[in-house]
Amino acid sequence: MKNVRIGVGAGFSGDRIEPAADLARHGALDYLVFECLAERTIALAQGEKAKDPAKGYDNLLARRMQAVLPDCVKNGTRIITNMGAANPAAAAGVVREVARTLGISGLKIAAVLGDDVLDLVLKQSDKNILACQENDIPTQTIISANAYLGAKPIVEALAAGADVIITGRAADPAMFLAPLVHELGWSFEDWSSLGKGTLYGHLMECSAQISGGYFADGLHKIVPNLSKVGFPFIDVCEDGTAVISKLPHSGGLISKATCTEQLLYEIHDPQEYFQPDVIADFSDVGFQELGENKVQVSGGSGKPKTGKIKVSVGYSDCWIGEGQISYAGPLALERSKLALEILEDRLVEIALPVQEKRADLIGIDSICEGSFDGQAIPNEIRVRFAARCQNQEDAARIGEEVDALYLNGPSGGGGVTKQVRKVVSIASCYLDEDAIETSIEFLEV
Amino acid sequence: MKLLDLAHARTGDKGNTSNISIIAYREEDWPLLKDYLTCERVKEHFKGLVKGEIVRYELPQLHALNFVMQDALRGGVTRSLAMDAHGKCLGSVLLSMEL
Repeated sequence: MKNVRIGVGAGFSGDRIEPAADLARHGALDYLVFECLAERTIALAQGEKAKDPAKGYDNLLARRMQAVLPDCVKNGTRIITNMGAANPAAAAGVVREVARTLGISGLKIAAVLGDDVLDLVLKQSDKNILACQENDIPTQTIISANAYLGAKPIVEALAAGADVIITGRAADPAMFLAPLVHELGWSFEDWSSLGKGTLYGHLMECSAQISGGYFADGLHKIVPNLSKVGFPFIDVCEDGTAVISKLPHSGGLISKATCTEQLLYEIHDPQEYFQPDVIADFSDVGFQELGENKVQVSGGSGKPKTGKIKVSVGYSDCWIGEGQISYAGPLALERSKLALEILEDRLVEIALPVQEKRADLIGIDSICEGSFDGQAIPNEIRVRFAARCQNQEDAARIGEEVDALYLNGPSGGGGVTKQVRKVVSIASCYLDEDAIETSIEFLEV
Repeated sequence: MKLLDLAHARTGDKGNTSNISIIAYREEDWPLLKDYLTCERVKEHFKGLVKGEIVRYELPQLHALNFVMQDALRGGVTRSLAMDAHGKCLGSVLLSMEL
């Protein structure tokens, strides 16, 4: 029976490159998928593209391609990635340059276009306000609007013989579903198979999060050789069944437990995982350990898609300013609390326009916000004060006031840090799938 | 006994909603987890932290529960003032629950 092997090259934009290179060399992969776009990444990349039309793609694109392209070409492994971010066409050009530099020829590179739906979304707005799921957004603050494309344009690029496929915003599992549709001849109305393919993509898309990363707890969950954790690959058989494993020499762990954690990662109702191509159902999924670091996946199905495509809208929101200072030794808690009282008083005194503020005693309540009282008081405490403001100058005052605690606050404060950052926020709206037109640009070297 | 000794957890975020999976290590502990870990108890554990509704999904074949908690992330990762804006630590906080 035919078998398709898909490896993971990255599960987020900052992911490690060595495990991807290892898989490209030793994994006997048919496909290598790099998932590198978080929700906000594309809005930030759109800003880079606005400054320089040749930019706006993933910063590590060239390094990743240099690390894997020679082995992928040698082993006949095709690459699929969303590293195009806001500019897939420019990213395709970068891949061509890398290939040329490496002396590679006969490579076909595809850029999938059409996820940028900013114009369409602006047309939907009424009186300069775009109604989004979370809140209404003034159109003049909108930076980007990108639709979550499904597997279809990627399948189209594969059918046209592309060796490297670069997308902008695409649903993460669709990058795994596409090669399965292409290789196994699944129909785009075979909801059960599309659901299974989505399940496999969801399990794979966070790289080491299923092979022992983000799992070890130092007591009950021991992961061997975690510093050398290997990225996973999945073998999907013609009959739809699948086995997840990793290279034997790599570190990490693939078990029923790691797979179950990843199955539910960022999932709400397991019966309804909304995707552009299908509503996938994970409720009956099972895992069976076939051997060391080898897990068989069973179950998974789907039902017809909604026909609506989610659009991620990036908008210029506000500024956040923050400052931190440390106190240690006897009375550290008393002095930390006094520092926070002073900061609160200072903000009132200077009448700083603040939308929202937050005080943290790091080591005591920065995660639990005081709702888990009665814990032992540490010997050292870091005070953090943060606030959201409408403009940069106001936000900067927060760090300045924390800085001023050196000479104007409680005794023994040290190690002040301060920062101000612009906040680009994300909201969602929906478009009819028929409204979105995709196209593919090919480059050859 | 802490929940940590019976189960493991992973936390995810989507917008202002956090989800935590709780997975039993041993099959024999599954009935206890299912009975004890009600949405009310989880809500009480996260008092002040999770402001919205909590919904629980069961996956008995995996001895797993999935808690979906709305209005849990101070506006979500893009605009929250929190240090852990994703709420990645919340699963570990839930594992500190005494049974």
